[in-house]
Amino acid sequence: MTQTVTPQTPPTPRNTRTHAAPRVRVRPRRGRVVILAAVGYLVAFLFVAPYLEMVFTALKPDRELTKSPTTFLPEHWDFGNFVDVWKAAPIWTNMQVSLIVAGVATVIALAVSLPAAYYTARNRFFLRGPFLLLVLVTQMFAPTALVIGIYREMVALDLTDTLLALILVNAAFNLPFCIWILHGYFSSIPKELEEAAYLDGAGRVQALTRVTLPLSLPGLVTAVIYTFIGAWNEYVVALTITSSPNRQPLTVAVPGFVTSYQEHWQYLFATSLFAIVPVVILFVFIERYLIGGLTAGSVK
Amino acid sequence: MHDTIEARGAGARAPAPPSRGVLRSIGRALAPLPWIGPSVILIAAVVLWPVIEMVRTSLLRISSSGATLGNRGTGNYRNLFDEPDLVSVLLRTVVWVVGVVLVTIVVSLALGQLLNARFPGRRVVRWAVIVPWAASVLMTALTWKWMLNVYYGVVNKILEGVGVIDHPVNWLSHPTSALIWMMWVAVFVSLPFTSFVILAGLQTIPGDVYEAARVDGAGHFRTYFSITLPLLRPSLLVAAIINVINVFNSFPIIYAMTGGGPGSKTDTSTTFMYKLAFNGAGDVGESAAMAVVNFALILILVLFYLRAVGWRGETRP
Repeated sequence: MTQTVTPQTPPTPRNTRTHAAPRVRVRPRRGRVVILAAVGYLVAFLFVAPYLEMVFTALKPDRELTKSPTTFLPEHWDFGNFVDVWKAAPIWTNMQVSLIVAGVATVIALAVSLPAAYYTARNRFFLRGPFLLLVLVTQMFAPTALVIGIYREMVALDLTDTLLALILVNAAFNLPFCIWILHGYFSSIPKELEEAAYLDGAGRVQALTRVTLPLSLPGLVTAVIYTFIGAWNEYVVALTITSSPNRQPLTVAVPGFVTSYQEHWQYLFATSLFAIVPVVILFVFIERYLIGGLTAGSVK
Repeated sequence: MHDTIEARGAGARAPAPPSRGVLRSIGRALAPLPWIGPSVILIAAVVLWPVIEMVRTSLLRISSSGATLGNRGTGNYRNLFDEPDLVSVLLRTVVWVVGVVLVTIVVSLALGQLLNARFPGRRVVRWAVIVPWAASVLMTALTWKWMLNVYYGVVNKILEGVGVIDHPVNWLSHPTSALIWMMWVAVFVSLPFTSFVILAGLQTIPGDVYEAARVDGAGHFRTYFSITLPLLRPSLLVAAIINVINVFNSFPIIYAMTGGGPGSKTDTSTTFMYKLAFNGAGDVGESAAMAVVNFALILILVLFYLRAVGWRGETRP
């Protein structure tokens, strides 16, 4: 997994036998690099542009929003919008809901997936194949496709409009991904390392916590962040099974700023930015592991 | 870590073997339970139970308040197939999925190549491309909705500025233009994942293969089509299938931007299913019937996925 990340060092000559012959291309031509970089920055801008528009809209005072034709940048930069949303709307409540749901779901998903991933990576047993198949198949199930079934189940369990329901759904639907990526990491760590720890008098748990877990830290971090963000951004199930405003996560609350009765796009985007910026930063941390980790075990 | 391991190698303590006979084999069969049991329970209770509940509901008569009023047999399915909009919704779903995934893959092939190329600041470009992946799809869809606003949106301003249109267009109120813009947003949010899968694929191609091609005198195009693309096949296949499933399940974009409207003229089968249950005097039973149809399609896609990743039971991964 991690080995698929290309180090950003210049290429070293691979074939030492040919070192007598002049290398045709030691480094790419400068013109090529300039064009690549220019295209790269343009692409980067295009991907960020909608979010820049979010920022600029969130900074516009009310009267500038209904100006036609519109301006790209605010004429008057109204940073007060970012303060207003905390005072005028219960977004702190919604953010707490998002935090609790995503946080607890992540803890549960990790606590449940760790032993399963570890055991299946280290042992061959009767139901190992079917279990991994179950994981692989359910990884492809999205809450959206099953939302009617989830809704009916929560009605039957009398769990509608509870955070517990949201926590369970987010934990369960992210569980297969966690198992899969951790399984990949554990499998890649040689058993011999743990056996050496046994020889040192370490127990099974100690070998796990002292040797295997530290070595699979990238996998753990990726699983944690990916689950957290998935739960943080979950929309359709929360929309369906919550109804009280104080039990709705940010994703359900945010569209409420623009209804047929009121349009406060600046507040909608100010709140959205509070929801987006932290998870984008988290995501950047796992960028290098995502490359291999997402398709761990599937693309080899 | 290393020195402690080497320093005390003598105290070998093999785990004690469990007791003998039948007890032993039962014990061995049950040994995995504490490890994988919680996972199985959570998946069964929260992922598989809804599948069963969905199928069961599709055969029930459910009142608009959610109460079960008894069996309906195949009545929900008959009602569903009698929906006047169903055929156009299904056709639109095909256009939506095929169009979005095709464009996503083609653009991602170029994007993956760019992200794999060496230039100063590549890191930052990769981070920028990641943003729509990390951000909530709903909020991304909402910012596009705002940018497409007929009077106050920047899209009309830009398009008027470059002379593509001569008066502001209400893009989201016409089904065709709304669908095209929503497909654009769906491509936008699918690109990061897809280009990163392709990037991962590109990085597994060893450099000597390219060197050999160059020595043989192959040009850029030749190299790309005879070496890069064939070697990318597994990544492409996985990316395509995962995208098909994700785009098929895509809900927030359409729900936030047009709500499937006017009427159900921009609905796909996913938003249509949702609206059957939760819009107005919803019919959860009929919606469940639609969900079962959708789910059956997804299961077929999952079978393709299993084939693509080469699932062969025990041996994987």
